[in-house]
Amino acid sequence: MSDEPRARLARLLGPAAAEVPCDTCFEQLDVYVELERAGADAEAAVPGMRAHLAGCPACAEDHEALHALLDAEG
Amino acid sequence: MLIPAASVAAVTAPLPARSFPDTDSEAWIAALGAPPGPDRDAAVERLHALLRRAARFELRRRGTRVDLEDHAVQAADDALVAILAKLSTYRGQSRFTTWAYKFALLEAAVHARRRAWQGREVALGDDGWAIVPDGAPGPGVDAETSELLRAVQDAIATALTPHQRSVLVALTLQGVPIDVLAERLGTTRGALYKTLHDARRKLRAELALQGLHPIEGGVR
Repeated sequence: MSDEPRARLARLLGPAAAEVPCDTCFEQLDVYVELERAGADAEAAVPGMRAHLAGCPACAEDHEALHALLDAEG
Repeated sequence: MLIPAASVAAVTAPLPARSFPDTDSEAWIAALGAPPGPDRDAAVERLHALLRRAARFELRRRGTRVDLEDHAVQAADDALVAILAKLSTYRGQSRFTTWAYKFALLEAAVHARRRAWQGREVALGDDGWAIVPDGAPGPGVDAETSELLRAVQDAIATALTPHQRSVLVALTLQGVPIDVLAERLGTTRGALYKTLHDARRKLRAELALQGLHPIEGGVR
């Protein structure tokens, strides 16, 4: 393995905090992203979302993609 | 629903009453919920165009160049079916277009990831954990990280079921996208993530038994 050991450990162990599952992440993604963009406390509205996004690369990609699309729309 | 660190408990919250953040969102719901006819058909076609645009954007962002339009249309088709089936679950907590975009982006990402892994073998084996290096301290590996690596490797070998071990290794060490693995195993992304979560929880429990408590960036 050529990647950094700490990054490898982080991927193996995942987030320590409680997290939402993938289904809930998808259900709440639009709400969470709009709150983030409004500067509101998105994590308070969807507890466990931040931990899930840290532990699930696919959901993190969806989160990034939605921000990118809304950025592009201006 | 939250997956706590120590246990998994399902919590079903009632759907909030629907309200609308803007008139545009309200108009979308009215048009898509109209009786079958030319007006509804036109709304569905406008929605499909919106989804195609979003899927095209995401595929392009991911570097897709070949057959981009075909993939965008397929992703939009799949997203449209999902949206129309779930229209009643839209509660107006975000703009309708933001809610709809996430379906198109998800489908585009799934298309892109599956295409990238087309023809690539996903090797699932009991001994996959052996690709964790020995963790000996050296350049770039401090003593704490080394101790954790050794403990995690032991825990992978002894505490996990073969299925948990395979899923953990494929997703976190081999970099197999979760929806690609789900397709190969005939399961769902949610079910696989649950397996991954349970495996991670076991690893953390094993580390705790040894007095190791990994935190962001180190050990406490």
